[in-house]
This record gives sequence, structure tokens and C-alpha cells, in this order.
Amino acid sequence: MTDHPRGDATRPSFYLVEEDGHDHGDDHAGGGTIVGFWIYLMSDALIFATLFATYGVMSTSYAGGPTPREIFELPLVALNTAILLVSSITYGFAMIAMQEGRLNAVRLWLVVTALLGIGFVGVELFEFATLAHEGAVPQRSGFLSAFFTLVGTHGLHVTAGIVWIGVMLVQLAQRGLVAENQRRLMCLSMFWHFLDVIWIGVFTFVYLLGVVR
Amino acid sequence: MSDATHTHASAHVDAAHDGGDAHGHGTRRGYLIGFALSVVLTAIPFWLVMTGVLASATATTAAIVGFAVVQIVVHTVAFLHVNPRSEGGWTLMAYVFTAVLVVIVLAGSLWIMYHLNTNMMPMPGHVEAASGTP
Repeated sequence: MTDHPRGDATRPSFYLVEEDGHDHGDDHAGGGTIVGFWIYLMSDALIFATLFATYGVMSTSYAGGPTPREIFELPLVALNTAILLVSSITYGFAMIAMQEGRLNAVRLWLVVTALLGIGFVGVELFEFATLAHEGAVPQRSGFLSAFFTLVGTHGLHVTAGIVWIGVMLVQLAQRGLVAENQRRLMCLSMFWHFLDVIWIGVFTFVYLLGVVR
Repeated sequence: MSDATHTHASAHVDAAHDGGDAHGHGTRRGYLIGFALSVVLTAIPFWLVMTGVLASATATTAAIVGFAVVQIVVHTVAFLHVNPRSEGGWTLMAYVFTAVLVVIVLAGSLWIMYHLNTNMMPMPGHVEAASGTP
């Protein structure tokens, strides 16, 4: 008998959790998440800025090793750029399908986007393997260290984006287009398009300028 | 009473809807225009470099950097939906702030290291000695 009050005392905590859940469904919480994620992306942009600055300083430190003109293959870079650009518009179609509440269309476009992302990472790994085969490894020169750090960091981000798309496909299969999933898809949208913006800097300042120089 | 509640509820839904739109989801037309512009702004710099149309390397450099800046703006507006209204202007403000920091980091690093290199270059013995020390 004396145990009953204690059992009741533990119960309200469940209601508190539920109320907390209601709070998250509120529009303001979603807006806060969007702004917060945006701040993360901006700090990520600063990471890339420092890597770009490092590359800019190191870009002519060949140490007698290969130069950009000798090792960069622009047709391959053009292919990768095209893949990433198309993946941007396919993610855009996923967002439009989300607004229209078409769950299967969202999943289809997410799968297409993920496949394009996998293609991008695949081509990049092929490029890295070719470079390593030619002896252009990160420890060869300052230029190559900075190159692999910058392009590799971008590739890791794209890989993380692919994993995130996979997680979202599972969550969409389980719960559909609920408010939480829509918010997550919006954050992933910003992440994915942000990576495309970074890639504009990579193909311009690393590949194209490297070959022009 | 129930009418009043209904009005209040629908007003709340409308307000919430406006709040959602303020983020700017983008339209199919907006995405397609952004994509078309991006394709053009990507293709031209690749074409310039791969064919070497512009004889001067400086002119080519200036052109492809210009196209990159324009394309970054296009992506920011068309795909990231950054505008003065989204999220009450906070995304735009953070974006501008970050852009200033990025320019300072890039320009400052290149400027300082370029002059450092220029001043160190005539002394190869000194550079070797410096790199030899742990």
C-alpha cells in the first residue's frame, strides 16, 4: 500500500516527456533548428575557408614533385561537377515533392540523389587512386598535402550526406512525412546544397586555376 | 463559442503557414532556373580552360573566378533560399558575416604568405637551415 504513492510519483515524468514532445512540434522549435543548422553550416564554411587558404598558400609548393597541369584530368572533374550539379536539382525535386506531400516521390528523388552522391564519391576515389598510382600521394609535396586535405574533406562531407539520406529513407519508411522528418529533410537540403557551393570553389580554385597557372 | 475557437484556430494555422513559407521552400520553377544558370556558369569556365580560348592566363583566371562568384550567389538564392525574409533575416545576416570572415581569411593568408615568400626567397641557405631545424 505504501508503495502506491511512490508509483504515482514516477508517473508524471511521462507526462512531462510528452509535453516536451508537443513543444518540439511547435513551429518556433522548427525555425530554431533551421537557424541553428544554418549557423553550423556557416562554421563549416569557415573550416573550408581555412583549408582553401592553406591550399592557396601551398598551391605552388611542388617540392620537385608533380604539378597540377601534369596530374589533373579536367574531363574527370567536369564529369564529377555535372554529377553533383544534377544531384542538387534532384534533391530540389525531393523538397518540392515533400511540399506536395507525395511520400513515394520524395523517396524516389532521395534515392536518385544518393546514387548520384555515391557516383561522385566513386569518381573521386578513382581519381585519388590514379594519383596515388602516379606517385602523387599526400606526403609527396605541400601542394599535394593541401590538395588531398581540401578535396578529401569535401568528399567526407558528401559521404556523410549519403549516410544521412540513408537514415532519412529509413525514417520516412517508418513514420512518413511527419513534421520532424520534414524539418530533417530541410536541414539535409541545406547541407547538400551547401556542399555543392563548396564544390564550386574546389573546381574553380583547385582544378581550373591549377591548370591555367 | 465554437465559431470563435475555429476562427482562432484557422488564424493560428495561417500564421504558422506564413511562418513556414518565410523559410522559402522554393518552387519547381525556381529550382529549374537555378539549375539552368548553374549549368551555363559551370560550362563556360570549363570551356575557357579546356580550349584555352583566351590567350592570356590572367584574363582566363579573372573570368573563371568571376563565374564562380556569380554561381555561388545563384546557388545561395535558388537552392539555399537565402533572402532578407527567410528566418527573419538571420540566415542572410549569418551568411554575410561568414562571407566577410571567409574573405579576410583567404585574402589575409595569401597576402601575408606571398610577401613572406617574396622576402625569404633570395636567401635559399636560410630557408634550408630553417627547414632543417626541428
